Amino acid sequence: MSHSPAAATAPVTDIEQLERIASQIRRDIVRQVHAVQSGHPGGSLGCADLFTALYFSVMHHHPTPWDMDGKRQDLFFLSNGHISPVFYSTLARSGYFPVKELATFRHIDSRLQGHPTTHEGLPGVRMASGSLGQGMSVAIGAALSKKMNGDDRLVFSLHGDGELQEGQIWEAALFAPAKQVDNLISIVDLNGRQIDGDVDDVLPLGDLKAKWLAFGWDVLETNGNDMALLLKTLEEAKNRTGKGRPVMILMRTEMGQGVDFMMHSHEWHGIAPNDEQLNKALAQLPETLGDY
Amino acid sequence: MSTYPVLDQKDTRSGFGAGLLELGRKNPQVVALCADLTGSLKMDAFEKAFPERFFQVGIAEANMMGVAAGLTIGGKIPFTGTFANFSTGRVYDQIRQSIAYAGKNVKICASHAGLTLGEDGATHQILEDVGLMRMLPGMTVVVPADHNQTHQATLAISAHEGPCYLRFGRPKWPVFIPKDLPFEIGKAQVLTEGNDVTLIACGHLVWRALQAAEELEKAGISAEVINLHTIKPLDEAAVLASVAKTGCVVTCEEHNRLGGMGDAVAQVLCTHRPTPQEYVAVNDSFGESGTPDQLLKKYGLDTPDIVKAAKAVLARK
Repeated sequence: MSHSPAAATAPVTDIEQLERIASQIRRDIVRQVHAVQSGHPGGSLGCADLFTALYFSVMHHHPTPWDMDGKRQDLFFLSNGHISPVFYSTLARSGYFPVKELATFRHIDSRLQGHPTTHEGLPGVRMASGSLGQGMSVAIGAALSKKMNGDDRLVFSLHGDGELQEGQIWEAALFAPAKQVDNLISIVDLNGRQIDGDVDDVLPLGDLKAKWLAFGWDVLETNGNDMALLLKTLEEAKNRTGKGRPVMILMRTEMGQGVDFMMHSHEWHGIAPNDEQLNKALAQLPETLGDY
Repeated sequence: MSTYPVLDQKDTRSGFGAGLLELGRKNPQVVALCADLTGSLKMDAFEKAFPERFFQVGIAEANMMGVAAGLTIGGKIPFTGTFANFSTGRVYDQIRQSIAYAGKNVKICASHAGLTLGEDGATHQILEDVGLMRMLPGMTVVVPADHNQTHQATLAISAHEGPCYLRFGRPKWPVFIPKDLPFEIGKAQVLTEGNDVTLIACGHLVWRALQAAEELEKAGISAEVINLHTIKPLDEAAVLASVAKTGCVVTCEEHNRLGGMGDAVAQVLCTHRPTPQEYVAVNDSFGESGTPDQLLKKYGLDTPDIVKAAKAVLARK
């Protein structure tokens, strides 16, 4: 299907319309992963509402012409790069590259690598990620760069909850408030699951709100699968920028959200549906923008 | 054989500090980050002159590398500063993904490299960093010979688009590179011409190689000394032209013999012109505490070791 990049960047405020977009993105996710029989559907599905909200409503951004510096635009960094299917679908659906390119996900010679990279020049991707724990530092650097350039736009970053087990996250957590990086909104996807099981079983994170508050962040909590609430939280987060502290959103989601048999388990973190499972999943996800 | 008088005794890290300060004045996009070693890296002059462009990140090198990578988005040219060990081994994955693979224009500036760090001992004396960095696709690796050249190299890497690793050191060392000797990344310098043996050196050992050449001359051996200040991209033409003339080579580096400059040269030679080569390098071991001179002697990196290696390789021609 064809679409207009210019239209894609006009903020969508209608909740039902955003949910329709999210449904298409969820279809894209399971179809990408199914086609190549690899990839990470669980976390991607859980974050489809957030990506939709950011790219179609909250962020000020210009898909074309694409440039790395993104001056006078809001920037987004995906730190948990394994949920690339939701990132790619969102970028394509918002006009960064042709939607049909989603069919090349994880194939040889594709710009849509297993984990996102700048190496292949895919528009919309400003950092390689996949090895966990690095994206918050990068987002902080980009936020500092904006400040030095007199650019009052914001930087967003997304992290998995399991990813918070990486030490570099806490180096960054200490640094950002100390340096008053208050043009940064970081989001943690609290789906409670990681490859080996529940986060609480693998390595519990304890009281995350207390931890981020203690590090000096402004902390908001939300449900990442409630579009109306999510939009409200993101707007509130924007209102809290520029006040001397970075903003953290602790966002509860359900891994596999939207596909019943992928929910309530860590099993679908990194496996692909077979033909039958694909059809079962697609039956639950209305096609709203046209499949690629 | 032309000679290089000792102009002064200065540490190469001060050359970096002076270069960084000059860059700060010349290019407003240059920013600097340091992990609690501002004085050791001689970054304090930059910090004082340009506080708004200096980031003290604390003892958190992984975060420093990531923040530096992010700063490039928006056009900054970040220079990170810490010891060579903490600039490479400690943060290898951060450099690999967020800087090298991502193709970010970060300048990784590493002091206190090699044995000549001295008394702090093996925990801080990294001898593997050149190998680690040259293995990363797209990484430029520069190891200047003295204070003046470190100053020049600091300016040069800022103008060189893409990730760079600049290695320098702690001790006061002879300054012998004339300030007007042109420096170009990837362009080796033939410091003395000779016909019998090629001595290829980098970093602190360039001076030792020049001393060895003088000793060899007394024994009637004509040595050509090449300052291979850029390990990657390597000036293959300069290496091949020299060995075409001399037919043998000694590589001299303050690094493990595995993976460093000597191996980079060996790869060129075995591919294009198989040539007898001897390594003056650390023999696959860690270092220890001691003075720089004591350590170079004990680990076989001193002038007599280069002379001995030259004679050995000559015998293999």
